[in-house]
Amino acid sequence: MPREVRPVSAEQLALRDRLIDAGLLVPSTIDGVYGHGETFEAVREALERVISAAAAAGGARRLRFPPVIPVRQLEDTGYLSNMPHLAGTVFAFAGDDGAAAEQAARAAAHADWSEFQSPTELALTPAACYPVYPALARGGPLPAGGAFIDAGGSWVYRHEPSLDPARRQMFHQHELVRAGEPDTVVAWRGEWAQRGITLLGELGLDARLDRANDPFFGRRGRMLAANQRAQDLKLELLVDIAGPEATACASFNHHQGHFADTFGVTMADGSPAHTACLGFGHERIVLALFARHGLDPADWPAAVHARLGTGA
Amino acid sequence: MDTEQIRAKIREVLAAHAKLPVDVRTLADDADLFAAGMTSFSSVNVMLALEDAFDVEFPDDMLNRRVFENVDAITQAVTSIAAPA
Repeated sequence: MPREVRPVSAEQLALRDRLIDAGLLVPSTIDGVYGHGETFEAVREALERVISAAAAAGGARRLRFPPVIPVRQLEDTGYLSNMPHLAGTVFAFAGDDGAAAEQAARAAAHADWSEFQSPTELALTPAACYPVYPALARGGPLPAGGAFIDAGGSWVYRHEPSLDPARRQMFHQHELVRAGEPDTVVAWRGEWAQRGITLLGELGLDARLDRANDPFFGRRGRMLAANQRAQDLKLELLVDIAGPEATACASFNHHQGHFADTFGVTMADGSPAHTACLGFGHERIVLALFARHGLDPADWPAAVHARLGTGA
Repeated sequence: MDTEQIRAKIREVLAAHAKLPVDVRTLADDADLFAAGMTSFSSVNVMLALEDAFDVEFPDDMLNRRVFENVDAITQAVTSIAAPA
């Protein structure tokens, strides 16, 4: 199905070419889907360790999830109303021998074989925090003080093909989630927004905090976006990677009671909880590092290596 | 349709779509619907249902929470964009 493809700038294309030529990114035949070369991945893994270490120092508990979630959870969150254009669901073959043969014949000719595919009960995870809320609810009411989860750098999917190397269809989103009393959650988000600026600054990146909104779909999306901005529910850390616009490398989101009410996360006394998450985009931060400091980490400032723990 | 009929219809839409934890009939015309428990997501459903109920389309600059924050504000919005009778 044809869809509008976001325009790409000459600077973004040039950066993409340089990263591929240097072996940092391994292109596929699909825009926005890349493998990582060893050097790129080493920096990404180092970044993940730094973020998780900061979270652990703040008392976070680690949880890890695969990059798929039950379709039922996607339905419950309203994602298919709010961002239907970004969702990806998993289909699989369902049929008899004849159908299998016909599917194979069409596939061999690269013809349309989608009629033999049926939906499974899985969707690709659109945000790394989504599996966290049902997991918190399973644990019963939150303890006094709430919960702090480090969901790690998990693959997430957004259907938005682009040649901008910073806009990928699959990437690692490193989510930290806080659930608790509304005041606790808001204070935590503010504190971590400052920590994010500090961390990126220590990596030699000039980051600035700005009010933002999610890429909600259609007319209802315009109102949701206006509401989100009016209430300061989403903040982003912007970094210059490749012009003309700065790129959001982290976001800090206050969901109020949306996820807690959807999945039944409550405080110990039965009062409703609020949640907030912060998501670091691993690949975008790594891209920013290569764009800022050069394509060979051997040339990077010692202070950057020291912060990443990648020094000699 | 006079103003009272418009308000009554707005309250029907709110009862069906605002997902308020309280009965909308107990709220004054100037009572803050968000403070009463209407979420941002519900307010969007209210907006779309109002468009159906009154056969109108809110312009983009009216797609924000202030326009839908109470019955008075919604009445004013609907009246301002409805075709003259």
